[in-house]
Parts: sequence; C-alpha cells; structure tokens
Amino acid sequence: MALCGGADRGSHSMDKSITLPPDEIFRNLENAKRFAIDIGGSLTKLAYYSTVQHQVAKVRSFDHSAKETDGDPLYEISVQEEITARLHFIKFENAYIETCLDFIKDHLVNTETKVIKATGGGAHKFKDLIEKKLKLKVDKEDEMTCLIKGCNFVLKNIPHEAFVYAKHADSEFRFQNTHPDIFPYMLINIGSGVSIVKVEAEDKFERIGGSSIGGGTFWGLGALLTKTKRFDELLQLASKGQHTNVDMLVKDIYGGAYGSLGLTGDLIASSFGKSATTDKEFSKEDMAKSLLHMISNDIGQLACLYAKLHNLTRVYFGGFFIRGHPVTMHTITYSINFFTKGEVQALFLRHEGYLGAIGAFLKGAEEDNPNQYSWEENYAGSSGLMSVSPELNPVQRARSGTFPFDMLEMDRLERQLVNLPLLQDATSYIPDTVDLTEDALAREYWLYCFEEALDGVVKRAIASQKDQPEAVERAEKFRQKYRHKLQTLRHQPFAYGSLTVRSLLDTREHCLNEFNFPDPYSKIKQKENDMALKYYLKVVKSVEELSWEQRQFTLAKGLLAGNVFDWGAKAVSDVLESDPEFGFEQAKQQLQERPWLVDAYNQWIERLKGPPHKCALFFVDNSGIDIILGVFPFIRELLIRGTEVVLASNSGPALNDVTNSELQILTERIAAMDPVIHAALREDRLALVQNGSSSPCLDLSRLDKVLATVIRERGTDLVIIEGMGRAIHTNYYAMLSCESLKLAVIKNSWLAERLGGKIFSVVFKYEVPSKAQEQH
Amino acid sequence: MKLKCSSKPAFPWFGMDIGGSLVKLVYFEPKDITAEEEQEEVENLKSIRRYLTSNTAYGKTGVRDVHLELRNLTICGRTGNLHFIRFPTAAMHRFIQMGRDKHFSSLHTTLCATGGGAYKFENDFRTMADLELLKLDELDCLIQGLLYIDSVGFNGHPECYYFENPSDTQNCIKRPCCLDNLFPMLLVNIGSGVSILAVYAKDDYKRVTGSSLGGGTFLGLCCLLTGCETFEEALEMASKGDSTNVDKLVKDIYGGDYQRFGLQGSAVASSFGHMMSKEKRESISKEDLARATLVTITNNIGSIARMCAVNEKIERVVFVGNFLRINTVSTKLLAYAMDFWSKGQLRALFLEHEGYFGAVGAFLELLKSSDDA
Repeated sequence: MALCGGADRGSHSMDKSITLPPDEIFRNLENAKRFAIDIGGSLTKLAYYSTVQHQVAKVRSFDHSAKETDGDPLYEISVQEEITARLHFIKFENAYIETCLDFIKDHLVNTETKVIKATGGGAHKFKDLIEKKLKLKVDKEDEMTCLIKGCNFVLKNIPHEAFVYAKHADSEFRFQNTHPDIFPYMLINIGSGVSIVKVEAEDKFERIGGSSIGGGTFWGLGALLTKTKRFDELLQLASKGQHTNVDMLVKDIYGGAYGSLGLTGDLIASSFGKSATTDKEFSKEDMAKSLLHMISNDIGQLACLYAKLHNLTRVYFGGFFIRGHPVTMHTITYSINFFTKGEVQALFLRHEGYLGAIGAFLKGAEEDNPNQYSWEENYAGSSGLMSVSPELNPVQRARSGTFPFDMLEMDRLERQLVNLPLLQDATSYIPDTVDLTEDALAREYWLYCFEEALDGVVKRAIASQKDQPEAVERAEKFRQKYRHKLQTLRHQPFAYGSLTVRSLLDTREHCLNEFNFPDPYSKIKQKENDMALKYYLKVVKSVEELSWEQRQFTLAKGLLAGNVFDWGAKAVSDVLESDPEFGFEQAKQQLQERPWLVDAYNQWIERLKGPPHKCALFFVDNSGIDIILGVFPFIRELLIRGTEVVLASNSGPALNDVTNSELQILTERIAAMDPVIHAALREDRLALVQNGSSSPCLDLSRLDKVLATVIRERGTDLVIIEGMGRAIHTNYYAMLSCESLKLAVIKNSWLAERLGGKIFSVVFKYEVPSKAQEQH
Repeated sequence: MKLKCSSKPAFPWFGMDIGGSLVKLVYFEPKDITAEEEQEEVENLKSIRRYLTSNTAYGKTGVRDVHLELRNLTICGRTGNLHFIRFPTAAMHRFIQMGRDKHFSSLHTTLCATGGGAYKFENDFRTMADLELLKLDELDCLIQGLLYIDSVGFNGHPECYYFENPSDTQNCIKRPCCLDNLFPMLLVNIGSGVSILAVYAKDDYKRVTGSSLGGGTFLGLCCLLTGCETFEEALEMASKGDSTNVDKLVKDIYGGDYQRFGLQGSAVASSFGHMMSKEKRESISKEDLARATLVTITNNIGSIARMCAVNEKIERVVFVGNFLRINTVSTKLLAYAMDFWSKGQLRALFLEHEGYFGAVGAFLELLKSSDDA
C-alpha cells in the first residue's frame, strides 16, 4: 500500500522565528501557476510550474550589403530577455507547512490559478488549511496514479535517475543508464504497507500485489519493542544492532550449515526465534535490527516472487521505508540478491521522494501536455541526493535560523531529445568516459581543477557584462553557488547521478545561467571569429596547392591545430589570455609529432582513397580558428569529394563553443568568399543543424529530434566528433554503427599523462564497425 | 504405501525429529509381544516402554499427544500403537542424560534422527550417552512420513482435512477428505521457520523457498510483546484478541474500499500500522497484540505460499508443521487466504499429525535401514 503513517508527528507548530530564505526556497513564485502538493506522513512536497525570465545572448547578422570596413565586427550580440518554463519541487517537513503556505500566499502574484492538486496520505488532513491559506480548491488525485506518473517522468527525463546500492563498494551508488524504453517495470512502494505495481506503458499499470508487512510494521512493532518513537531513530538503532542475538539462525539449529540445501549457517531460520526460547533481555538495537531484517527480507522475497511471475527484471523500490535511508536500501538489496541469486537488481530512484508531487502536478497540467517536451534537471536549482541529512537535529536547525528543505528544478527544453540513430546499441551507450564517482583519483583532480578555474570564470563573466555594474555582485553569487556545489560533490559525488567531467561542466553552465551570465564568451567568440575569417581564404589556397596526400594530412593537422584554441581548457586559456597573437601556425607546431597518442591516420587515408562517404555528420567544437580554419577547410574537401556534410552545433552557448546561430552567420560569410561552400549550401549538400544541447560535452542519447531525422534521411555513414569535451570526456568509447572519427588535442597535462602522453598529445581515432555490427 | 522391510530391527523403534524449537519423537509400542518374547525382553526395554506408554507427560515439558496415537498399526509384521511425543529442544540435554541413565546404548538399536538437531547434537549423543545417531535429511523424512501416515489413515478416518466455506466465518466447517492422488502438491512446513516444497512424486521434490517468519517468530514476538512464555499461552491470548485494533486496515486510510485497485476496506493495509501512534500503543491490550502477531505471520505465510503455488502451477497446498497445532485461527485464516486471493483456484489442505511427519519419516528409515544392519 502506498500509504503513509502520519503518526507521532502530531504537533505541526513551529518556532515562528524561523524565516524562509526567499532567494533559495520557492523561487519564481511570482510567475507560479499550477500547484500540486503531496503530503506524506512526515514530509510535504510542493510542486509548481513557473516561467523564468533570464537573459540570453542573441546573435544577429549585420547587413553586409554596405561596404564593410576592417574594424567592424561580423555580427551583433544583443542580450535579450527570454522566458523559459521550469518546474519547481520543494520538499520540507510537515511541521513547516503553515509557514510555507503563508509565504506562498504572500508572494503569489498570479491569480489565475484556482486549484491545487493534492495527493498523499496527509492531503485530507491539511485540506482545510490549504484552502483557507491559499484560496485554492484542493483537488485530490489518486496516490498510486500520481506515483506512477511521476516515476515515468523522472525515468524518461533524468539520466542517472535510477541506481543500484552497494554498501561496501567504492561508490555506494551505481547509477544506471537511461534505457530508451522505460517499460515494463515493477514499482514496489513501501509505505506503511507494501504495494507492488506493474507498469507497462504511460497509462497502463496494475497493482499486482502487496503486503501488509511494510514500513508501518517496522515503525509500529519497532516502537512497541524498543519504546522508540521515531522512524529515523528506529533505523539508527537497527544500524547498531546484532540480529544474531535475537534471530534463530540455521547454525543455531544445525550447528553449522544445512549443506544439502545450500543454506549457510548464518541464514536466518526463524526471525525472533531466540526470543521464543531464551529467557533473557534483548537490547533495543538487536531487536530493531532483527525486525529490519525480517521486514526487508520478507518484502524482497515477495518482490522476487512477483517479478518472476510477471517476468519483470526492472524493479524499482520507493516509499518512506526506503527514501534515502542507506540502511533499508542495503537490506532490501541484500534480500533481492539472495532470493534471485543476482538475476534481479534492486533499483532505487534519486527523486523517489518527489514522485507523488510530480505525478499530481502532471495530472493538473495535462492540458499543457508536459509529456510532449523533454525536460532537464537543473543542477543549479536542485539539491541533489542526500542533501538533507535525516539525522540533522532540531537544535542545529534552530540555530541555522531556517529549516532543511530539498529542491528539484526541471527546465523545459525547447525541443524533444532522442537517441542518435547511429548508436550501435542505445541501451548500453554511456556518454561519459570516466565515472568520477568510482574513480577517486580522477575525482580529486577534476574537482581541484574546476575550483582552480573558478576565478578565471568569474573574471570572464564580469568582463562579458562590463556595461552592467551589478554584474560583479552577480558573479560573486555565481562563485559562491558553484563553489558550494563543488564542495557538496566532494563529499557526495553521487548527488546528481554519476559525477563526470561533463556534469561538472554542465553544473557550471547552469550556475552561470542562474545568475544571468548566459554567454560569458560571446565577445571573445566574436573577436576570434572575425580574426579567423580574415585568414580563411589564405588557408584554403595554401591547402589547394598541395598534392593530394599532403593536402589530406595538412587538413587533418589543421583540424587538430584549430582545436588547440579552446578557452575551456585551462592550459590554453592561460596562453590565450597572455598572448593573443598565439597563432594558427604556432598551434600546429605545438602539436605532437606523429605517431600520435592514438594514431589511426593511415587507416583513415586509406579509406579516403576509396569511394566518398555519402554523408558526414560533424559535431563541431570551438568557435574562431577551430571552426573557421580547422573545420571548414576539412569539410570543404569532403564536399569536393562528393560527401554531404551536416554540421551539428550547440543550440545554446557553452564556453567558447560555436552555437548554431553563430555558425549560421559564419557559414554565410564563408560562402560569400568561397564558391565551394556557397554551392554546397545552395544545393543543400551542406546543412547546419543544432544538436539540442548547451553543454561543452555531448550526450548522444539526448539529441535534437530534428537532427536525428536529418541524419536518417541523408543516409549518414560517417560521424566526426571533435574536441576534448565531445570526443574524450564523452564518447571516447561510444560505439557507432557507421565509420567514425574522434579527434582531439589533449590540452590538459594530467589527462594526457593518464592516457600515456604529454600535453598537446593528439587523439586521431578512426573506427569502422565490424560487418556484423553494421546496421545497413 | 508398502514398506520395504525384509528383516525386523530390534526394539525399541523410535524416530526423532530435532527442530529449532521442538523435538518430535514417535515411538512404536508393540502390542503383539509373545510370552516368549516378554521373557527375553531386557528390563531396560520394558522400563522404557512402560515409562512412555503409562505417562502422558514427561518431566516438566514433555508431552504425549494421546489424541494422535495410531492404534493397531501393522508395520514390518509387527502390530502395535504409534505414539507421538514432543518436548522443547531446550530440554535436549536432559533427554540425552536420560538416555544415558537408562542405558540406552546397551539396547541394540539405531537412533534415527532428523532435523537440524540431528547434526547439532550428534556429538553430545556420542559423548554424553555413547549413542550413535543415524542422521537423516529432514525434507526426505517429512515427505516420506507424510505419505505414510496419509496412506494408513488416522484410526479409520482420513488424515487429511480442509475447510468448507472458508470465506464465511459462520459456516466454515472442518471436513475430512481422502485424496486419491496427492501430487503435485505444494507442501508448506511451518515450524520455527517455513520451508516450502513442491512435491511431484514420492521421490521427486524440490525446496521452492523458505521464510524466516514462522512459528518461532510468532512465539518470539508474542513473548516480547506480551510477556507470555509458551505457545499455548500465546495462542490463548490471541484467541481473545482483536487484531484490527493493532493493524491499519484499508478503510482506516481510505474510509472504505480502495476502489482504484479493488482492495476491500477490511483488508489489512499495514500490520501493526496503528502502533505508530503513541496513544494507541498505550491503550492496546496484550490479547490484541497476540492476535495481530498471529494474523500477521499467518497471512504472510499464506501470501508466500500462494505466490509459490502460482509460480509452480500447483493447485493443492498442504500446510503442516507444529505452528498449526491447536491453532484453528491460523488454519482457518490460511484456508480463507488461499481461497480468497486465488478466487477459489487454490485449496488449502491440512493434516491431523501436523508436526510429526519428520519424526515418522525418521522412524520409517529405521525399518528400512535394518536391511543393511
């Protein structure tokens, strides 16, 4: 049963001196609409939809019909206000419900909202209070329906939502890849009782079973046995106890193992069996532990029986019994492993506590059709897993002047995201090369690296908005926020799923956006683009004079040299900052001599001697020299060979990566100079498509749907991925169903060393899928 | 069921099942002793027979279940009565000592024992009483014993029974039944813990699963919650209690049925769920707690058994084990649970000698083993 026991938290009064931090909790209330609330036995989860107004850097082409002078920039950058949709979820203790409702009432501007969707066992209890305070009609929604809706939503939209818990592993939390098809799955909700639900499709689910022995049994029976009132305290007792003092084990009956059945001596034969035969006192800890094992094992056993009967392998656990408690996650995991001999894994969800609220919200927002969009977890506005320590005592809370709350924010993306159709196996694709949650050394390094780079980022952010005096203050807030995130990740690397270089970069972008620094590199990009354009024809001409073999090599080298120009890499940004004249030629000299660190150039050149590719998909990286002097001459050669080219660039800004709107203008300008590009554009042999991302890295499982269609329609048979972020930090091991080139210069000595090379080592990875793996 | 016994083993004939909580002993009392035999019979043997058959209680804790006695049984050419005796495993050492004092080792008999205790106490038997145990697998014994007792019947009546109208408390009646064929059956043995077996034929079975929530859990929790000391006491209290004061029902939460999922308001949503509340904890009676414990454990076993039956595609579920002794609350509840949740597909069956089949199986092995002796 999905029911919450609301007992023992009877008093909902609170210290009136507690104030709410308006910058942190209930953000964007002024535009809030569509409220939903999920009130459980001890926690309330509030959800609302709001719009966020923030600045975006827009790039607009000048009219170039007028004769241009040398100093004129190529395009205009204007900062515009843009409105995006965001979902807010806030979790707090029931004791603060009244304060929170008052706060919302005082800050709510929008008056169109008339209804609040409500779910959870405590919803009826607070119905009158909510209606009185907010003047909204409480509309109750079925708890299980909300839970399932919420579960579908997070599984679809949040990568690394689900994890396996391994208490004794290096990393306790092992995050699972998002499976492209989330159905069918089984959800076992352990509230006061247990409900077992089979979910087959978005709106198709069924309660296939349940048990009355659940969290309420642990709590109720535990309170009777140990005279301990609170659920958390009972769990703490349990974690200190020895169940073998209370339980009758196989070895207590057999003297050892029951060998012929393979039952080990330590197996529990009879829970509480010793308290039936031994006349002695048992410690509270031991009894609590025994009870915990009894209930966890029982639930695990039932779960396995149902999984087997319905042939389900994905089994998610939730409910207040599980919610963030390592103790119960461990015992349930143990039980599932025992009963299925490892065939089924117990899965837990990062946002399990929010499922009901998310579902209730989605119920109320059905007319907005939220399921037609893709959504993204906003790292800046979300607290992350285990952010509120359940053990935080009331004294500490009172002293801090506020109360603990947990937040989740989800941004609505402008487009729907789908898998790259050319992934060999979408189900096993992992974007990230190194999982920093498991690799402690790498984690140390990268956290340090990002902390070191923070000053530079702050400086850059301020410089990008010189005309706005309050930018300094905002930049400082950004610094605090990001530093705090880094500190959190140091202690809880699992807070936002697997910690990766990508997630660190994305978190930084989210934090920058949060404080209205949408594109700190816009001016630098502009300057570099202008400068690089001036050399374009010269580079193209010098290449044309070379023999075929020489030309191919020069083009490849040019591509790599271009990639040296990267403000994202600290080693390079130092050089660029001190020496703006650092030129293309110098960059080429910096490059490692062949043989490169990873060198498949010979195979690539052999391939080029063969028939041309039908269509090449190129995931581009930096603006300026990289895109103009590196990428364009390279794809120009491909176009001449008769290969169509799709340039996939970021939809939104990230570092100095070229965005789609910038690329449109650059291409136009290049086309004006270069008849080859001009013809290709006109004949639609060169297409510019956005990738749907605003990250310096690349997740091939979340790409713009339009791009996926283009790739399919054009019969793409070559994928080129360029740059550290997209080809090294991510996708280095990605297996594609067509030929691929992964090219990058390692602009980080630590990483280069790790890969067995030095700084400015070159990775030139050319891969051809084996015949069997090819889709065509 | 025909027993294969070419030569008769020497008396006394015992079979023993040493479980986690209880020791079950079956003793064959020959009634066809000839005068000649009587003369030859050693004093030891006589005194054992007299001691066991003239008493119904042994020491403080040993009990002979007189009502289960099987009379005029002919086994291996001998006719007599089969007695059923039990005592707590905690008294095992006293029992071994008695064996020593009565010079059991001087009798040329094999002590056939099954259950975990056969392993645990093997050394004690050897060192304290100079007795060698013939250790037997408990599940083999359980099945052989069950099949044998079922075949000989219960003094002219069927061994097996079921409940008619299990869903109707007023008209729920115990009915004896004879089964032409027991196979396949799901055998649920509820001792201290629970073992669930799928039995397809006399020698073809597998252990499907087990649970640690069994009779030991019921008694253990009852002792802790109510301060009672014996199974009988615990059951007595449970018979007077009302579990709905302890358990949270569906209607306690939803005000009625949970229609979205077709759950009746009277279904238990959370065992001991009311005990999350301090006020309710303080006002609850021991009887209610005992009843709730009994209902919780029984329903859970029923639920697991039902799932196993469905997974194994077996329709006949046979419940045995000493948890069911004098426990009509549980037997009726199991009968109801099987019927209700399976919509009449599954039938719960019970056996009169509920906890003694392992010991009977061990006893039968004695008769078989004499072949080799």
